[in-house]
Amino acid sequence: MADYKNEFGVFAERPTVEKKLYNKLAVFLGLTAFIVLATFPLWSNAGRTIPPPQPSLDTPTIKGLTDKQCVLPVEEIRAVHMKLLIDWREQVVRTGNRVWVNPQGKKFEPSLTNTCLGCHSNKAQFCDQCHNYVAAVPNCWGCHLDKSPKVAQAEVK
Amino acid sequence: MGINRRDFVKLAGLSALFGLGGKAGWELLAPGQVEAQIKAQGKPLTAKRWAMVVDMRKLDDATAARCIEACHKIHNVPDYTKPVNPKDALTPEQIVRWEVKWIWTDHFHNAFPGFDQPYMQERLEHLNFLCLCNHCENPPCVRVCPTKATFRRDDGIVMMDMHRCIGCRFCMAGCPFGARSFNWRDPRPFIKEEYPDYPTREPGMVEKCDFCVKLLAKGQLPACVTESKGALIFGDLADAKSGPREALKAHYTIRRKPHLGTNPQVYYIV
Repeated sequence: MADYKNEFGVFAERPTVEKKLYNKLAVFLGLTAFIVLATFPLWSNAGRTIPPPQPSLDTPTIKGLTDKQCVLPVEEIRAVHMKLLIDWREQVVRTGNRVWVNPQGKKFEPSLTNTCLGCHSNKAQFCDQCHNYVAAVPNCWGCHLDKSPKVAQAEVK
Repeated sequence: MGINRRDFVKLAGLSALFGLGGKAGWELLAPGQVEAQIKAQGKPLTAKRWAMVVDMRKLDDATAARCIEACHKIHNVPDYTKPVNPKDALTPEQIVRWEVKWIWTDHFHNAFPGFDQPYMQERLEHLNFLCLCNHCENPPCVRVCPTKATFRRDDGIVMMDMHRCIGCRFCMAGCPFGARSFNWRDPRPFIKEEYPDYPTREPGMVEKCDFCVKLLAKGQLPACVTESKGALIFGDLADAKSGPREALKAHYTIRRKPHLGTNPQVYYIV
């Protein structure tokens, strides 16, 4: 056998270390626990079907509309409503212009509480349905008032 | 043989020129959103420089109280002395420390330090001066705001974009008039009647008077002016025939802490 050399000198033989896995029980227990925990969300929800959101358009205002049309076409408003709201916010706060004209030339007040909730007065069935489904947490409602509960209360009385 | 340095530089310069021009041309001609979709509104009140004159001869305590109430009602300003649910009652110390106010009254020596003397006209000693944001020409709150949440509109109104406020309170340190309040807690349990046309605030936001920009946009005067029965005169300082200009022409007026150089735009007829 050739001489084994390292930085401390020349040795006759390479030292041999027994190839053995120590603490087998603890290692495999730990690994199993890790895999179980890491995949917990996957298998605990396996087979469970979560109903897709069905935002409700069933409000008195929308029922009364002859032309059931949002400020933008449905596909577009679905895709860009968050950007539209930010644009409205910038327009109203920064320029003070409180009229927004849609591509069809119709004028709207750029307002979440008045324009959006004016028709969609059912925030819980309309906004929250999808937001909860995709775990989006918009912070609009920390300040902006949702008028619907009050209306509901008034009707109950 | 290839290309010499001079030709290479020429070629590179020309290609850069074409490249940039081509890009701009593409951006101009490319189909995209048409931007000029926004039109001006019907009849909002506009001015070059909004200002207010407070006529202290007409403003009694009852009127001042009504002005404050009207303002705080339509802006959802919480009253920490009156919780909606008695369980939320605060200690007197918290009520003072957490107070949120847009418009308030103060004595002469607090409102006008520097103008006060040890011996003054007795009437002044007992007057309650109505104080609010001065919408300074040179607003320190705008200068110190790190997020540009507070900004000065073209018509002179110093306004806040609450969406952008990060609650650093630099503006409160910058404002020499104490016109700004910080939301130390959720104000909603202390708003007796939520006014639906104005949002409330979240903890961690600064707020102040905005000369009722929302009402001006609808063509109405600020709430306090409407409520004041002529004691508050609001108008365009750039217009020589406006109410404030007539009042300033006819009377001697003082402003709060003018020596600080912020050029406040709320004038007081004492």
